[in-house]
Amino acid sequence: MIPKPPVLELLKLEVGFPGAPIVKGIDLKIEEGEKVALVGESGCGKSLTAFSILRLLPQAARITGGQVIFDGHDLATLPAHELRRIRGKGIALILQEPMTSLNPVLPIGLQVAENILQHEKLSRRAAKERVIELLDLVGIPNPRERYTMYPHNFSGGMRQRVMIAMAIACNPRLLIADEPTTALDVTIQAQVMDLLEDLCSKLSMAMLLITHDLGAVAQWTDRVAVMYAGRIVETAPIAPFFAGPQHPYSQGLMNSSVDDGWHYSSHRLTEITGNVHSALGERGCAFAPRCPLAAPGCRETPPPLELAGPDWHVACYRRAEAMAPSPVAASH
Amino acid sequence: MGLLRTIRRTALQALPTMFGIVLIAFILLHLMPGDAVDAISGMSGSSSQETMEEMRAAYGLNDSLPVQFIRYVAGVFTLNFGMSINYSAPVLDVIMERLPATLTLMFTAFVLALSSGIVIGWAMAVFAGRWVDRLLTAGSLLLYSAPNFWVGLMIIVYFSAKLQLFPAGGAETIGADLQGWAWFTDRLHHLVLPSCALAAFFVAIYARLTRAAMLEVLRQDYIRTAHSKGLHPMLIQFRHGLRNALIPVTTVAGLHLGNMLGGAVVVETVFNWPGLGRLTMNALAARDTQVLLGILLLSSIAVIVTNVLIDWLVSWLDPRIRS
Amino acid sequence: MSLLATDPNDRPRLRLPKSLRNPLFVLAVIVLLGVLVMAVFAAQIAPYDPLDMVNMPFLWPFADPSSPLGTDQLGRDLFSGIVQGSRATLLVGFSSAVLGLMIGTCVGALAGYFGGWVDIILMRVTEIFQTMPTLLLIIVILAIGNPSIPLIAISIGLAAWPMIARLARAEFLSLREADFVMAARALGYPTGRIILREILPNALPTLIVGASVLVANGILLESAVSFLNLGDPNVVSWGSLIGNGRTQIRSEWYLSALPGVATVLTVLSLNILGDRLTDILNPRSGERS
Repeated sequence: MIPKPPVLELLKLEVGFPGAPIVKGIDLKIEEGEKVALVGESGCGKSLTAFSILRLLPQAARITGGQVIFDGHDLATLPAHELRRIRGKGIALILQEPMTSLNPVLPIGLQVAENILQHEKLSRRAAKERVIELLDLVGIPNPRERYTMYPHNFSGGMRQRVMIAMAIACNPRLLIADEPTTALDVTIQAQVMDLLEDLCSKLSMAMLLITHDLGAVAQWTDRVAVMYAGRIVETAPIAPFFAGPQHPYSQGLMNSSVDDGWHYSSHRLTEITGNVHSALGERGCAFAPRCPLAAPGCRETPPPLELAGPDWHVACYRRAEAMAPSPVAASH
Repeated sequence: MGLLRTIRRTALQALPTMFGIVLIAFILLHLMPGDAVDAISGMSGSSSQETMEEMRAAYGLNDSLPVQFIRYVAGVFTLNFGMSINYSAPVLDVIMERLPATLTLMFTAFVLALSSGIVIGWAMAVFAGRWVDRLLTAGSLLLYSAPNFWVGLMIIVYFSAKLQLFPAGGAETIGADLQGWAWFTDRLHHLVLPSCALAAFFVAIYARLTRAAMLEVLRQDYIRTAHSKGLHPMLIQFRHGLRNALIPVTTVAGLHLGNMLGGAVVVETVFNWPGLGRLTMNALAARDTQVLLGILLLSSIAVIVTNVLIDWLVSWLDPRIRS
Repeated sequence: MSLLATDPNDRPRLRLPKSLRNPLFVLAVIVLLGVLVMAVFAAQIAPYDPLDMVNMPFLWPFADPSSPLGTDQLGRDLFSGIVQGSRATLLVGFSSAVLGLMIGTCVGALAGYFGGWVDIILMRVTEIFQTMPTLLLIIVILAIGNPSIPLIAISIGLAAWPMIARLARAEFLSLREADFVMAARALGYPTGRIILREILPNALPTLIVGASVLVANGILLESAVSFLNLGDPNVVSWGSLIGNGRTQIRSEWYLSALPGVATVLTVLSLNILGDRLTDILNPRSGERS
């Protein structure tokens, strides 16, 4: 088998606001058709990472270093007009808040059609037929009537389906979903995730799922990358990761998550003592101040990602101690 | 889309407002020194005390205040605003004769102010924080702070006295007796300076509003969605940005119409424009209270009617209101 | 471990907030203080009575050192006129704003605090006053009595309060749900005390900023009224000076231009002040980096 090049490759990506680096050198590879989860607490830089891929960062934020390789191009430095040909066509984006991510004054059909008309030579009528097919595909009943309706006529779940229809309209090779279900009811969450998984396999799309919900990670993705304070601390295939994560932070994340019975809850992450530490002036391992295993050496230089198993990387000096029988649980 | 329904709904909402305005006008009328009979007798030379009393009875001025008020309300709703002592004609006729000139001035100034205000405000938002924005912000703040009559006088000094580009006053060349196209361009020529003077203040208001609305809209998630589709930034600015920003701008534009009418009164005086402004000043000089109140009432009605139209325009722009 | 102490930006400093150190803001404050001093000490600063004929008519500015800003058609000193005129202009501007602030706050506070029918009725009244063209209402009120400074101030105050009422209503509407108000209510404080002692002090900053716009508006309306010759003929104000220069506008345009510049500078400073204070109270609306 010839190894295919990855769909997306982040190389030493650094993103930040002036004077405040948030993402501090991330390496991440997404293979063709692979579903990768980027997990972490809010404020760890996972959303900024997602937005930086298509250079859709908030106004003051900038990519300060590194590369974003897609299809042989570096998206971090690609001229704006060439980048626009990749936005929506090569890589599509789904935002977390379906109530605000659709334009309230335009019919939803038009908003989906915009994407198609931008990238493909199609008549307006043909585009409309495509949109109706797409709406049907994502499970919106009566798509022909719904075409001219406005976002406020739809429920949150339905709006997110519209967003998904918009995202897959041009058969992108990669779908970035930034917490696509956080704003939805628990019952709707599973439906939307099932739909995304289904579409990924039907259209052979790769997906980068940004989430803080480990339950979703286990159920719907192939590989996980755990992010803490702007760095990836552990990346592993799903099965071995859930059998026993190696980084103390991942372990803490998992423990508090298992306690809660595998579904979303807002206080889950706070059960790790402390909270995300101020990134300013940080020297050693960012997790050291909260880590039950922290040693003086942890506070000197940040640990590099090291191979810890097949396709498994961990950034921790105290990995050996962490793998000893459940140290985190004992600390409770 | 449902213009009639919108009109009916807003007209019903406007009814209490209208009633309140009539009440205030009635109170003001009774606070004013002298009544209609004093005015008429002053007009027709001196009358004896007896005839004046007879006339008071005939006009119903001796009835109780509530009865008079009901009669007054009935009068207003049948567009009967009483008689002008100065012109010896029904107030409505006197006002209607001057209204077109004022409406022409206001309409021109409004269109001018709204269109240039939106363009300037949009430019300010696009270049927010850079020197274009700073320059335009300073300029609009300056216009926002200048009395419109003074702006009028200064543009007369420059464009009329110095450059001799436009006439300094009047609505048309007196005695020229122009026809057709020549008549139209002559009117237009006279319209330029007064409408600019009247528009100046409102350009500043609408520009500041558009800037704020546009900056707010450009921060929204759906703008990021639009970018994620690879749309051209210009298309996003207009179809996704300006479309949304226009909703608050249009809503507030309607609120300022009353102010613009007040401004028109002053600007008309500066430019000798033969409209309601000059009528107001004449009525004030002649203590023609019925005409003054008639102008206040009719212009309030005009503001209400325009606001109904603005409501309809906003509901056309904003589908969330429509349904 | 002490991460923050290493950051030099975090040392406490005794300096004005950044938005107040803006040169434009400082300039605006200086202009306003200057105008205020000019109005208070007008009698000491102005060399002549602005209604006296003291010099040759139609002296241009800087032509004669005894009348630095020139004279009008009757030889009256323009500099004295501008200095003395600031009194009437500022007096009307401020007193009408105080009146508008009082009416508006009362109406808005009651509407916002009680809600329901009180709110509906009071907001209707506000709408009525907002619908009537401001200047026309002022003119009609002035037609009732003899024009004098107090009447002008009252008429402007009566016409201008709806803006404050809306502001006050919005503030009270959100503050009445605040925790400290809930606490006061739970403690059984009388309603009047809750409104005056608990909510009003918290709403006041916003209202005062709103009132700075009201002062600016009051000055503009006063100048319009006296420009239209509806003011007291024995009192000089900037508006009446502009109006007086109108007849010579084509030749001696400085007669209208200079009092107008004084008006614009004052109103501009008030608007800059208002803008800045709004930015401080509501940082998100500023959008200036």
